[in-house]
Amino acid sequence: MPFELTGVSFSYSENKVIDDISISFGPGMFCGIIGPNGCGKTTLLDLLAKHRRPTAGRIAYKNRDLGTYSTKELSKEISLVPQNFYINFPFTVKEVVMMGRYPHIPRFSTPSAEDVNIVQDIMEKTGVSEFTGRFINELSGGERQRVVFARALAQGAQVLILDEATSNLDINHSISLLNICERRMKQQGKTIISVMQDINLAAVYCDYLVFMSGGRIVIHGATRDVLNPVTMREVFNVDAKVYAESYSDSLQVVFKK
Amino acid sequence: MLEGFFCLRIQMLFRKLKKTSRFRKKIQQAAAVQFALLAIFLGAVIIISTGMGYIKLPPATVIKIIFAKLGGQLHLLEGMDSIFPVVVMDVRLPRILSAAVVGAGLAISGVVFQGILLNPLADPYTLGVSAGAAFGASLAILFNIGMMGSYSVPLFAFVGAAVTLLFVVYLSSSSGGLSSNNLILSGIIVAAILSAGISFLKYVADEQVAVIIFWLMGSFGSKTWTDVGLTFLFISFGFLAFMFFARDMNLLSLGNRTASSLGVDTRKVTIFLLVTASLVAAICVSVSGIIGFVGLLIPHMMRLLTGPDNRRLIPMSLLAGAILLLIADTITRAVLPTEIPIGVLTALIGGPFFCYIFRKQQRLRKVL
Repeated sequence: MPFELTGVSFSYSENKVIDDISISFGPGMFCGIIGPNGCGKTTLLDLLAKHRRPTAGRIAYKNRDLGTYSTKELSKEISLVPQNFYINFPFTVKEVVMMGRYPHIPRFSTPSAEDVNIVQDIMEKTGVSEFTGRFINELSGGERQRVVFARALAQGAQVLILDEATSNLDINHSISLLNICERRMKQQGKTIISVMQDINLAAVYCDYLVFMSGGRIVIHGATRDVLNPVTMREVFNVDAKVYAESYSDSLQVVFKK
Repeated sequence: MLEGFFCLRIQMLFRKLKKTSRFRKKIQQAAAVQFALLAIFLGAVIIISTGMGYIKLPPATVIKIIFAKLGGQLHLLEGMDSIFPVVVMDVRLPRILSAAVVGAGLAISGVVFQGILLNPLADPYTLGVSAGAAFGASLAILFNIGMMGSYSVPLFAFVGAAVTLLFVVYLSSSSGGLSSNNLILSGIIVAAILSAGISFLKYVADEQVAVIIFWLMGSFGSKTWTDVGLTFLFISFGFLAFMFFARDMNLLSLGNRTASSLGVDTRKVTIFLLVTASLVAAICVSVSGIIGFVGLLIPHMMRLLTGPDNRRLIPMSLLAGAILLLIADTITRAVLPTEIPIGVLTALIGGPFFCYIFRKQQRLRKVL
């Protein structure tokens, strides 16, 4: 079991952002985290990536306390696509994707043929090879996001954490990137944990949903079990209809004005 | 016919190169070639500038003297005016080498500051190092502190810079993270306070005010081999440390979260690099006074040439910084009719040049 959280809390000084969360994320799981703005989704991801340490409770990764892993070790296990990505320096797109391989390359070595192949392969699959030689700081927001996605995939980690990774992307690229994630999950048993704003996109891809509100988990479970009007009412305070949709073969949500 | 054949062969070769990883090697070799060319150029500038001045010496004589003194082959000096070796070894070389070493130090420290603070407009003095050094030096000059002989002013400057740096880091890290905005702001606040302090010291010091002002504007006059040795030692250590973390610095430019997910202990690396870079800058300032623009300009120019990868940028900036400051010092020493402070000269040349580069980049960006 990759992640097991027991009674995890996190607070900024007085302010409790994550409040007593217990949940586990298994291999071969595409998990969506859904909730209103400021409910602690990104903080939860930060805790999983060990970017922050919980103020109470325990997070275990592969049956070992997350705190006992070095940053170096974790970089081979967990990769992250952050929400806002801004870079001031003119690295080329290829250089940025290659940075995803740094954890696998010793400090003073040059990339091996394998690293170069992986990078090339990922760049083709994610469709960023068309701007290989361009500078990252001169790409549009969506293009840059795809590069960052490719960088995280090149890392080849067991867990992929997405923080609203597709919110900048057009529907075509959102689908193609999420398809790559889904394939990796199914074929290689990777764990995908994704904060998503678009509930319908989440319903198509995620087999497991976690609804959060006010730093707590409201409900979590298989998508077909937890995605319903009652949850939508409780979490977002909106009226919604949830119905099975055959074209996308998923549950879909529509809202009333 | 034959020409066409060759063209085809060359095209095929090129395509093959592109496909295999040999193309990458070519790029790395190109970086090595750039580095070698710059190193040779630095050597040439050192030799030529040593020959320049009131007593003009041809490069061959300079080389002979250096070899004779280093290798102990004193027969090379036969038939030469006995003043020449003294001029080269005791007067000019210490000054020239300390200018080169300080230039190198300021440039690499500038690279690190820009890389860590994610701000291409940062320079070695962003964290108030220069103001701290200036305050320390002014104190030493004003109270005529002489317990360490001629080293007391540099020592006070260094201590002032180091204390300022620690305070700035403390000030910005007390609010949780160590964000680049916090650091820059804290640097500005502390520097502003210290500037007021310096103004006050100048106001109080009637006669010594000229000495303070002259020190602040920077000079390489009357440097000794001890100065060269000490700065060289510190800056070599800094260079090695920066090279060790060069790759981590690349990752830090992707932002703290991404860098830490790629295996960088962001907080530790950031603090270590900031402290080391500031100490390198502090050493430079305490040896030569405040010399602006080298640490800002050189990383910029070199980034245009090598790209932002710190593993190439740092060594190239090292050499380019040495060359630039050495040339600037030679201009004030041997070309201009009267010697003007080097800090003034670098700002006068560097400032407009920086405006030009900055403007040009803005326009390029608009076109793209």
